[in-house]
Amino acid sequence: MRVVEKRQLLSAEEMERTLQRLAREIVEKSGKPEDLALIGVRRRGAPLADRLARTIREVTRAEIPVGILDIALYRDDLSTVGPQPVVHSTEISFPVDDRDLVVVDDVLYTGRTVRAAINGLFDLGRPNRIRLCVLVDRGHRELPIEAAFVGRKIATTQSEIVEVRLREVDAEERVMLVDRVE
Amino acid sequence: MQRLQHLLGIEDLTREQILFLLDQAKPFQEFQRHPLKKLATLRGKTVALAFFEPSTRTRISFATAAARLGADTMNLQAESSSLKKGESLLDTVRTLEAMRPDGIVIRHGSSGASHFVAERLEIPVVNAGDGTHEHPTQALLDALTIRDRKGRLEDWNVTILGDILHSRVARSNIELLARFGCRVTVCGPAMWLPREIESAAPGVRRATRIEEALEGADVVMVLRVQTERLHEPSLAAEEYILGYQLTPQRLRLARPEALVLHPGPIVRGLEIDSAVADGPQSGVLEQVTNGLAVRMALLYHLVGGAPADAPHPAKERTNATD
Repeated sequence: MRVVEKRQLLSAEEMERTLQRLAREIVEKSGKPEDLALIGVRRRGAPLADRLARTIREVTRAEIPVGILDIALYRDDLSTVGPQPVVHSTEISFPVDDRDLVVVDDVLYTGRTVRAAINGLFDLGRPNRIRLCVLVDRGHRELPIEAAFVGRKIATTQSEIVEVRLREVDAEERVMLVDRVE
Repeated sequence: MQRLQHLLGIEDLTREQILFLLDQAKPFQEFQRHPLKKLATLRGKTVALAFFEPSTRTRISFATAAARLGADTMNLQAESSSLKKGESLLDTVRTLEAMRPDGIVIRHGSSGASHFVAERLEIPVVNAGDGTHEHPTQALLDALTIRDRKGRLEDWNVTILGDILHSRVARSNIELLARFGCRVTVCGPAMWLPREIESAAPGVRRATRIEEALEGADVVMVLRVQTERLHEPSLAAEEYILGYQLTPQRLRLARPEALVLHPGPIVRGLEIDSAVADGPQSGVLEQVTNGLAVRMALLYHLVGGAPADAPHPAKERTNATD
C-alpha cells in the first residue's frame, strides 16, 4: 500500500499556535488546576500532553501531572488485523480517583481509541470526569465520542489518512493529509 | 523478528524473541498493580490447560494469566498411563482438537511431548514442562527476575544447585543464560551431575563441592529436590543437606549482592535454609509475580491477534493504529 501526500494541514508554527490555544481553553473551561491531569495516549498523544502541560504551567503556575496511557490491551478486536500490537507501558504515577482528566491524542477518527482509553482509565480508578483534547478531528465516528477541545476539524474521506509528525517522535513537525494509492 | 507461533523451548527461540518476551512482560508486571486486574483483550478465546503431571503453581499461574486477559480456560488434568504414554497423548490431542481451543498449555512427563502436540494441531502450543527436557516459561521468568534485580541479564556467574540430571528448569535456564553470555556452574551430588551438561552450552562447568560452586556467584539458583529420589540407596536427605543445602554461611561465599532464586515449591530445611529463602537476597516471591507477567505476555501474543496465516497487511497505516 502506498500513500501520496495531498496537502499540508498544519505547519509547525500553526501547530504551536493551536496547542497554545488549546492549553488556554483547557484552563478556561476547567475548575481548579490542582484537580486537573492530562493523559496522553501513546504514542503521539504523550508529547502533545507534555506540551499542553507546559503551557498550562506558564499560564496558571500550577504543575499539572501528565500520564501516558498505552491502549494496546484495551483495543476492540476489530482493530487487530495481524499479530497483536506490541504493548508498551502505561505510566500514570498519580491516582486517577476524583481527578478532572483530559485525554490527549493527535487525531480523533472512529472514536475506538478513545473508548479504549476510557476503559484503561476506569481500570485504574474512578475519575471525576474525562474530557478529550485532540489536535485534529477528522470525522467518521463509529462510537458516540466527542472532543471538548479540538485543534482543527477537517472533513476527510475513508481512504485518506491524517498524518501527524511531531519532533519528539518523528524527524519533523507538521500535519499532512495523505491518500492511499493502489 | 519472526512472529512466535509456539513456545516449545528456549532452544527454539532467537535472542531477539527472548528479549521481546521479556520486554513485553514489563507492562504486564505493571498491570498486576492495577485495582482492577481484568482485560478483555482475549475475550472469547479459550486456552486449554492440559496438565498430565501434577502441578499447582504453574497451572494456577497460567490459569490466572489467561483469566486476567479475559480468556476462558479448559482444565484437563490427566494421569499419564505408564503403559501407553505415546498412544494416550495422541488420543488426548485429538479430543482437545475437537473442542477447538485457541491455544493449549501442556505439561507432560515425556520429553518432546509439546513438540509432538504442536506438529499435530493448528493452534499455538505452550510447553509448561516436558519430561526432563525444557520448562521455557520458568527460564523466562528467571531471566526477567535477574534482569530486574541485577540491572542486566548478560555476563553473570550463575550457579545452579541440585538435581541437574532430572531438571528441565536447569536445562532451559542453561540454554537461555548461556545465550546471554552468562557462565553457568552446575553443582550437586555426582550422580545428578551428568558430564554431558558441559556440552549443553558454552560456559557451563560442573562442580561437586558447593563451596567451589558458590565462589564468585552473582546468581544462585536452587533446584527443588525431588524427594522420591532421596530414597535411592545412595543418597539420604541428611547427606544432601550436609553437602548441598544453601545456608546463610554458604551464601556468603558467593558475591555480596548475589541473587537467590528457586523455581518452587521450597522445602525449607532441605535444599535451602529458611533464613536464605526469606532473606533480602531472595527473589523467590518476585519470581512468582514475574511468572504471571511472562505468561500473560506470552498468551497475549500467541493466542491473541489474527491467526498466523491470516493475510498481514504490510505496514497498515490508519489513524486507528499507532
